[in-house]
Amino acid sequence: MSRAGALRVEQAGPLALLQDAGRFGVRHLGMTQGGPMDWYAAGWANALLGNAQAAPVLEITIGGLSLVAETSTTLSLTGADLGATVNGQPLTPWQRFELHPGDRLAFDLPRAGMRAYLGIPGGWQGETSLGSVACVTREGLGGHKGGGRPLESGDRLAFPQQEPGHVPAETHVPNAQRMDYQQPARLELIPGGQAARFDGYSLYQAFNHQWTVDTRTDRMGIRLTGPELVCRHTAMISEGIPAGAVQVPADGQPICLMNDRQTIGGYPRLGTLTPLARARLAQCPAGHPVHLRACGTGSAQREWRHLFFLWPHQ
Amino acid sequence: MMTPQVENAGIDAWVVRFSNRIDPANRNWITAFCRDCRAVLGDALVEMVPSYTTVLVQYDPWQLTDTVSRRLLESVLERLEPSSEDTGGRLIKLPVWYDVSVGPELSLIAERNGWSPQRVAAAHAATQYQVFALGFVPGFAFMGLVDPALATPRLATPRQQVPRGSIAIAERQTSAYPQVTPGGWNLIGRTPLTLFDATREPMTVLEPGDRVRFMPISRQRFIELGGDPTPVAEATP
Repeated sequence: MSRAGALRVEQAGPLALLQDAGRFGVRHLGMTQGGPMDWYAAGWANALLGNAQAAPVLEITIGGLSLVAETSTTLSLTGADLGATVNGQPLTPWQRFELHPGDRLAFDLPRAGMRAYLGIPGGWQGETSLGSVACVTREGLGGHKGGGRPLESGDRLAFPQQEPGHVPAETHVPNAQRMDYQQPARLELIPGGQAARFDGYSLYQAFNHQWTVDTRTDRMGIRLTGPELVCRHTAMISEGIPAGAVQVPADGQPICLMNDRQTIGGYPRLGTLTPLARARLAQCPAGHPVHLRACGTGSAQREWRHLFFLWPHQ
Repeated sequence: MMTPQVENAGIDAWVVRFSNRIDPANRNWITAFCRDCRAVLGDALVEMVPSYTTVLVQYDPWQLTDTVSRRLLESVLERLEPSSEDTGGRLIKLPVWYDVSVGPELSLIAERNGWSPQRVAAAHAATQYQVFALGFVPGFAFMGLVDPALATPRLATPRQQVPRGSIAIAERQTSAYPQVTPGGWNLIGRTPLTLFDATREPMTVLEPGDRVRFMPISRQRFIELGGDPTPVAEATP
């Protein structure tokens, strides 16, 4: 038996989007991938509730959101510390918690990280377009009310209120599994693309100089500022872009391409960030220090698989 | 034709490179590769993005390691036979109303060549194009190659709003805008067809690898087919 429950959106804040694992099988038609920018935190939001990994979660960027419960429910909050409170009492992320009718869950401003994930048993309800509810505003696809629309004040965020399922014993994410967003970000990058066409000094600088996250940052890409990288390969023919690709346009400043990236592009690439590096970068505010480190595909694949085994399994 | 290269694109993807230049002959290799790759990888294949000279192949790293996936792609490449012009991909006919009111740069291209706008339209419609890739916005097809006499650089200042269905040229490429969007390509006409609809199956009229012919139609036929004849608002920058 399931019946619907809901939270009312009292104040929408700058950007809150419904995201599942993303939209696949349509990129050759020009549609982007979508999905949570920090898949690691989003995965934990679902794992704490015994949900499938791909269950829709709410991605809250920066904060400013306030929600009022219409129904009693369990929820999970992971990722950034956006100064969340329940009826004014602080709520730290990386845990499962309860709301009762009339309770107000409010997010203030980022204290650590940029994006928080709010999970619900069974996942939030949304409009499926092309096999996914992932909300891509640019394409007008997915979202809690369809059309790629973000949360707006007065909306209702509905969920299928389910009988308690196989909820794991853990109510909190173990400390060792929480990402520390305060430290400089050390991002592993698998060299590839046109890496061999960058000049030697640029390659040295790419992996030895400190980078800074730029203010020009969104779900398409995150720009880094630092030394000017020079690539000999300028007249490039556009090609498909993998998630985490680090491309370097003519100004020599890298752009890390994220979930809502363009499907094809024509700037030379240094390589591809590992999934964990992408998740970490998604939590960096403007001005945050970043270091790039080269790594191999095999070890990055093994690390990625290992992370999944740390999640509680149903 | 160079020997295809398999290049790293992260923990779950490879870029397969067939050539270093845009050449209509690439299409026969890319079409054949996509078909064989689908058959060999089966449900371990997550996404395939063909472009002018490459195919990005994304696989499921739960099912395949990097070494196994690479070996599978190399085995596909070793046995690859290019598809032929007749059997590879579909031939799509796109009706187009070529007119200065909906394609202001028809005049620009005509004047530059000392031609009439009608001759520019005829030259554009005389070529069979191929779809190299879709991107920019859903359903936007990068097609080529246009007659060198029609090749025109992008506008110095892009339009804020290019009308839906606009047929356009940039350098030696041509396309049709599936939706209203900012854009810097040169407009020469308009198609009445809906090029992208997420609720329709298939969603796009065009897919990578298709061959395309533009069929000139009258204003009256354009309206009968559901086209909006509203002239392009802005003057040519």
